Amino acid sequence: MIMSRDMEHRDDIGSRLGMWVFIFTELLLFGGLFLVYAVMRSKYSFEFHQAALHLNTFIGALNTVVLLISSATVAISITAVQKGNNKLAVRFLLITLICAGIFLINKYFEWGHKIRIGLYPGSDLMLTLNHGSVMFFSLYFFMTGLHMLHLIIGAVLLTVVTIKVQRLSINRDSYVLLENGGLYWHLVDLIWIFLFPLLYLIT
Amino acid sequence: MLSETTHVTPYRTYMVVLITLLVLTSLTITVTWIDLSAFTVLSALLIASFKAGIVMKYFMHLKFESSLFKILVIMVLSIYILVIILLFFDYLFR
Repeated sequence: MIMSRDMEHRDDIGSRLGMWVFIFTELLLFGGLFLVYAVMRSKYSFEFHQAALHLNTFIGALNTVVLLISSATVAISITAVQKGNNKLAVRFLLITLICAGIFLINKYFEWGHKIRIGLYPGSDLMLTLNHGSVMFFSLYFFMTGLHMLHLIIGAVLLTVVTIKVQRLSINRDSYVLLENGGLYWHLVDLIWIFLFPLLYLIT
Repeated sequence: MLSETTHVTPYRTYMVVLITLLVLTSLTITVTWIDLSAFTVLSALLIASFKAGIVMKYFMHLKFESSLFKILVIMVLSIYILVIILLFFDYLFR
């Protein structure tokens, strides 16, 4: 019986490769949006500068720090599982999930404030703005929104992973799901690394 | 099942990487506060690319993957850069 368990056919490298291919498609999805941003920015650079003044740099920077920490804790949890310390791994994964929560709360306040002052796609205020500002805010809402969707999916995935680590079905002999969940989470971080300077810091 | 190629990254490495990333983040913010006009975006993007490289190398374990992974990443990024160049050739010279 033990033999048959050890003989279980598994291809961890293949699993990770598949995850990377998926990440490439995600990068090209966001890549397309960054292209739109680049063209619109070169066309309306003054309006983009003006519109970006309305974004809260502090919240943006805070979310950057939160995401970087959460990425590190996922990576640390992989080392913990590799060393057979599932308890520690669960703790670090929980820190990651808390970070995801903090990010979403910040986003709630950030978007909430904009929506309250009437700044959202299709609003009356938006119709009175010049075309460059409308482009900026549309891109802002769409890109951060799509990023947030990925963050929520990643958090759900990592919740499942955390439960599996807790139940020891992810362990030092078999942890490719944790690695792939981690890869997805790092993708979320990677996208934010570019979104933050391009949207918040161009004032 | 632990293969001999499995690399266990020490906790310390991740802490060093995290601190580096945080320092680079504050550097990005500082750079954009100082007005470098045309170079502001360029420097912010360069720092962001550097950060992304660190994340992929250490957090995403690209450093310890087989060369197949590295070749694929380089290919995808090259294609994307090529698309950017082609797009701006079309956009700026039409």
